[in-house]
Amino acid sequence: MSETAAPASTVRGMPPAPLLEVKNIEVVYNEVILVLRGLSLSVPKGEIVALLGANGAGKSTTLKAISGLLRTEEGEVTRGEILFDGERIDGIVPDRIVRRGIFQVMEGRRIVSDMTCIENLRLGAFTRTDGDVRRDIDMVFDYFPRLRERTGLAGYLSGGEQQMLAIGRALMARPRLILMDEPSMGLSPLLVKEVFGIIRRLNRDLGITILLVEQNARMALSVASYGYVMEQGKVVLDGAAAALAENEDVKEFYLGGHGAERKSFRNLKSYKRRKRWL
Amino acid sequence: MDTTLLFQLVLNGLIVGALYGVVAMSFVLIYKASQVVNFAQGEFLLVGAWVCWWLLTTWPIPFWAGFLVTLAFMTAFGMLLQVIVLRPLIGEPVISVIMATVGLSIFFQALMKWIFGVFAQPFPPIFAVERVRVLGLEVQSVYLASLGVSALIMLGFWWFFTYSKHGLAMRATAFDQQVAQSLGVSVPRVFAMSWAISAVVSAVAGVVVGVVNGVSSALSFYGIKVFPAVILGGLDSIVGAVLGGLIVGVLENVAQYVDAEWLNWGNMYQIAPFYALILILLIKPYGLFGTRNIERV
Repeated sequence: MSETAAPASTVRGMPPAPLLEVKNIEVVYNEVILVLRGLSLSVPKGEIVALLGANGAGKSTTLKAISGLLRTEEGEVTRGEILFDGERIDGIVPDRIVRRGIFQVMEGRRIVSDMTCIENLRLGAFTRTDGDVRRDIDMVFDYFPRLRERTGLAGYLSGGEQQMLAIGRALMARPRLILMDEPSMGLSPLLVKEVFGIIRRLNRDLGITILLVEQNARMALSVASYGYVMEQGKVVLDGAAAALAENEDVKEFYLGGHGAERKSFRNLKSYKRRKRWL
Repeated sequence: MDTTLLFQLVLNGLIVGALYGVVAMSFVLIYKASQVVNFAQGEFLLVGAWVCWWLLTTWPIPFWAGFLVTLAFMTAFGMLLQVIVLRPLIGEPVISVIMATVGLSIFFQALMKWIFGVFAQPFPPIFAVERVRVLGLEVQSVYLASLGVSALIMLGFWWFFTYSKHGLAMRATAFDQQVAQSLGVSVPRVFAMSWAISAVVSAVAGVVVGVVNGVSSALSFYGIKVFPAVILGGLDSIVGAVLGGLIVGVLENVAQYVDAEWLNWGNMYQIAPFYALILILLIKPYGLFGTRNIERV
């Protein structure tokens, strides 16, 4: 980690206690396809950490390795370890991991489309045994007021509303760590802004730690305190979010072309420098 | 034309049809939750009825106690069947799973014959009053009770899938297993639970039929009658299963009436539902309420 790693909320000089630690993991699909090759990252308690990278870099696989959903896709962590709150969680079945306080909001929202909003939310609270579910549904509706009026089937919600429902469903489990896979996917820029505003509020108000996988690197770095850049199954760059956002390479490859060097759209082909760290 | 007789037949059809509906519901439950076409559904009725009969005729216990013990037994029975036989088959080709359930069906039929013999055995009488008159029609009180039990089970199913969290988890599993797991639902447990519930509910139907007609291997025929009912309603629709069951029940009685009055072909009672089954498959292969969705092979 670079020296700018200390997140704002921690006391100076004290290393933040990592809630989640991924140590040098290797993930293999179908016993042959090596997807993650010695990936390490750590997520401090109470922070938002962004995980960036191109398509196929292994971001979603990383999240699935943590949540255990990997095993539903014939994947397996073959080396390294994943620690949550100091305890190893790799090799545990996904429903136990949810019970420990890690909840993954999967890519593409994946709400149960033939159920209503409220049924989806109650499903989110499946692992809970206390009786506060009704109150928490109200809390979710306070965060996402537009869901309150939607009484029909969740399948008829708009993309943005479905994303909100997916996040709300995660809240219902009262997790300590939410793994969010591309919450901006398929949303209009305005909705992306709204969703990220909510992500920031959840982190601030409820103290939920968030590991965020995003294609929209600019948005992700604006809410995160720390970021990792992945390529071909490895972390190739990491640092404080602000520093990453200023990094020239990150700017060029993930934040899109800008600035003085491109005034004309001619020679567009030669513009894109294909740099790889690996 | 004898309208009273017709009316009586329709009523009988509804009563028997409600039982078909109950069995069809438990068949659909297994199919929805674990994608297994259970050819041993009729044997659930058979095993349940024999166990209850054995309890009541061997021990001096009241009916309700024997009934409850039967339900407890069937819970364990369904769950163990799933864990021991079906769980190792997860991920195997559909045809292997189907053959396994066909095997179970044959095995339990033979086992029951071996233990209890091939003759129908009557239940000890349960109701003090044999028959009651409803709307000017003569109805056996067991039939009325059976209608009540069917309605209760259907209500129970509706409550379970709408309000209980395990019912929701089951629906989520039927929708998408990965999603269900991401929500903290244990899919193997849902599978086991669906088999347990299905076995219990079928056993209730089995006991009711046993009380009416006596217990014999004819009970497992209900497992076959379930097919026209669920195909009519749509393989994955619980409401469809209930309606399909009612329609099949009325259909076979009316068919028998028509046959007796005009056609004289004989045995329409047994066969009419299957004619209907062929027609439905030709005209509306997804059933009345089924998901329009074909897996491409």
